[in-house]
Amino acid sequence: MYSFEPTDEQKMLIDAVSRYAASDLRPAAHDADENKELPPKLISKGWELGVLQASIPEAYGGFGDRSAVTGVLAAEEMAHGDLAGALAVGTPGLFALPILLSGSEEQKSQYLPPVIAADWKAYTAALIEPAFDFDPNDLKTVAKAEGGDYILNGEKTFAPFAANAEAMIVYAKLDGATKGFIVPKGAAGLKVGEEREKFMGLNAIPFFKVTLEGVKIPKTNLLAGDFAPVLDASRVAIAAMAIGVTKAAFEYSRDYAKERDVFGVKVAQKQAIAFMLAEMVTEIEAIRMLVWETAWMIDKGHAEASKQAYLAATGAIDMAMMVTDRAVQILGGHGYIREHPVEMWMREGRGFATFTGLAMV
Amino acid sequence: MIDFETPEKIVGVCTVIKTVADNMMRPVSRHFDENEHEIPWDYINFMHTAARAMGGSSMAPGDSKKEGPRIGFQRLAHMVEMLSWGDAGIYLDTPGGMLGSAAVSATGTPEQKERFLARFRGETPTFDAMCMTEAGAGSDTSAIRTTAVLDKNTKEWVLNGEKIFVTAGHKALVDSQGFIVVWATIDPSAGRAGMRPFVVEAGTPGCQVTKMEHKLGIRASDTVSIVLQDCRVPFDNILGSPEVVTDKATTGFKGAMATFDATRPIVAAQAIGLARATLELLKEMLAEKGVTIRYGLPRQKLTSIEKDVIDMEILLRSAWWLVLKAVWMMDNGKPNALESSMSKVRAGDVVNRITQKAVEIMGPLGYSREYLLEKWFRDAKISDIYEGTGQINRLVVARQILGYRSSELR
Ligand SMILES: Cc1cc2nc3c(=O)[nH]c(=O)nc-3n(C[C@H](O)[C@H](O)[C@H](O)COP(=O)(O)OP(=O)(O)OC[C@H]3O[C@@H](n4cnc5c(N)ncnc54)[C@H](O)[C@@H]3O)c2cc1C
Repeated sequence: MYSFEPTDEQKMLIDAVSRYAASDLRPAAHDADENKELPPKLISKGWELGVLQASIPEAYGGFGDRSAVTGVLAAEEMAHGDLAGALAVGTPGLFALPILLSGSEEQKSQYLPPVIAADWKAYTAALIEPAFDFDPNDLKTVAKAEGGDYILNGEKTFAPFAANAEAMIVYAKLDGATKGFIVPKGAAGLKVGEEREKFMGLNAIPFFKVTLEGVKIPKTNLLAGDFAPVLDASRVAIAAMAIGVTKAAFEYSRDYAKERDVFGVKVAQKQAIAFMLAEMVTEIEAIRMLVWETAWMIDKGHAEASKQAYLAATGAIDMAMMVTDRAVQILGGHGYIREHPVEMWMREGRGFATFTGLAMV
Repeated sequence: MIDFETPEKIVGVCTVIKTVADNMMRPVSRHFDENEHEIPWDYINFMHTAARAMGGSSMAPGDSKKEGPRIGFQRLAHMVEMLSWGDAGIYLDTPGGMLGSAAVSATGTPEQKERFLARFRGETPTFDAMCMTEAGAGSDTSAIRTTAVLDKNTKEWVLNGEKIFVTAGHKALVDSQGFIVVWATIDPSAGRAGMRPFVVEAGTPGCQVTKMEHKLGIRASDTVSIVLQDCRVPFDNILGSPEVVTDKATTGFKGAMATFDATRPIVAAQAIGLARATLELLKEMLAEKGVTIRYGLPRQKLTSIEKDVIDMEILLRSAWWLVLKAVWMMDNGKPNALESSMSKVRAGDVVNRITQKAVEIMGPLGYSREYLLEKWFRDAKISDIYEGTGQINRLVVARQILGYRSSELR
């Protein structure tokens, strides 16, 4: 039976998240981007909302069961406040959720509680590689079995908070398939870049290159389960965040257009602008439905969930670029100036083609 | 709870309709495209018999008073999608209530609904039509000039004017004892406030079909002009309660808009069915040529055809959910003017993008009349034109999100 209405419980969570997003994340977003730093207090406050904790069972220190639907609803609201803030708050999930989804019972019991039942700490993951044709299912980082160990070799980029990370999941190709490996802090041969990486957007998050030179880890650190559910969880999360960012950009440009006078009328009264806005909201709503459907399929264990996650993520790429570009256009020259947030959203908008692996639900 | 599961009842109905589409529509698609104005009676009679056998009179929701959650519009959207997957033109020849009945349902009294809709349950297939458009009034419906004057002596309305582009008008008035809903003005100086819907039944003197159009696509569907010349209908044929006659507010216009809220997602569903047919055929044809689509790869690694097909799937699937959300809101009594028009904007775009791209990708095969791709490309265009053009629906969406009245954004 179709329904497009969240449960009361989900509504309560969305409410809490959206209040935090509106009154904490959004007001801090501009300075965080300029100063290249998110106040640690801001991150802990978001962490305390318990979005990740709510998707980890009690046995592992959390207080709920994972629901991708709840996850995308929350991700959308978070990113509606600020994408960098949303990603930062959720970063420990990049470590916890792959263990939940593809780890063994022992791994869950050992690794999840310290992440979940504590304050926000830097636990992270390294998936993306510095190649134009980066493909999560065809990694250049490789793992080789050697006695009781795996040896990892390769180069990663876009690893958030890697410099301070207690541990991270490193993804590598093992016998032709992508697998996650738990790599502890300070493992021999693990090199986190000296300097933060410089990107077009997400300035507020410290990203690092990670190099693996013969990193030797015990076989027990392999996440033996399938990578597909992990990738799906990331694709749908990133797509949901694209919805949040574009909704912000749409609303901002809509409100601006209703205020700005041109040729004796409000700029929103010009069809060229009004039609852009109509197309933006339609595009957002359409992809949003696709994202929700994907999350629903994931929760159902639907056979087509992976394909759908791919479609949703791909759709979100174009949607994010189209909407954020138009938001800047609607503000005209003012949109190009960093006093307005639309230029930041446009820089972020282009990134959704790249952000795979930076969020999970 | 968010749920994307198609209700079981709807799945069942769709399975049946798929058989109809496969056996009674696809095999004759080409024939009725090339022989415009011929009527697909086999399909029509079959659908009529089937509807009677199932105890329904029309596909339109509202005539079943069963218990449980309301899914009438959701079911209708699914049925229309599947029929249009079969053939978007022949689908428009489906007997039983369509656009005219939608207007009756949206604006009529219970007594009127019974009086006008009962005929669809009769022995022979019966049709209806909706007449808004005139030569001088298309998108701007407030410009209609057809007049309705009350003859106080006989308590009859006297209609005068000419309507054009009436879908199924010939079937409603000539090929069956159906009816048309005519939008006319009772006060030409009042603009929208003067607009009222009137039911004109087949056989009413002074109402005549004068022209049948030749079209780019959906040729199996008749599109006609209707002249009303001192056409007299009973007082009670004005849809709505008697107060609508004297009401100075824009009740009539609002009635038209309420009709659109219900019909736009259905027209969008038609577009989706056609788009899905196209995408499926395209993928089959590509598969025959040994082209497979590698889902999951980064775009940089895809061929141009793969990219196109994947984009089409995204467009199609996301547009379909906008349609279903709009009808779900309808069923649940939620105001859906925004969602309804969004679904129409999106579906109109998507079906044209998909059919255009499919013809392009298949090259000479796409352009050939040996395949249906070129027909579907022609059929698709109407989805961006009737029930409000793409531009008009953008206006509706824009006004909704900006909180503007029509005077503030025209
Ligand atoms: C096959 C077919 C079947 C039809 N069936 C029916 C039917 O059953 N009943 C019925 O009543 N009508 C029917 N129509 C009519 C249809 O709804 C109208 O053709 C349509 O609403 C557009 O009106 P128009 O053709 O007069 O175009 P116009 O209104 O003249 O529009 C011309 C162009 O201007 C654009 N435009 C108009 N106003 C604006 C504006 N304010 N802002 C921006 N752009 C604008 C339009 O989008 C369009 O691109 C049918 C038409 C066809 C072709």
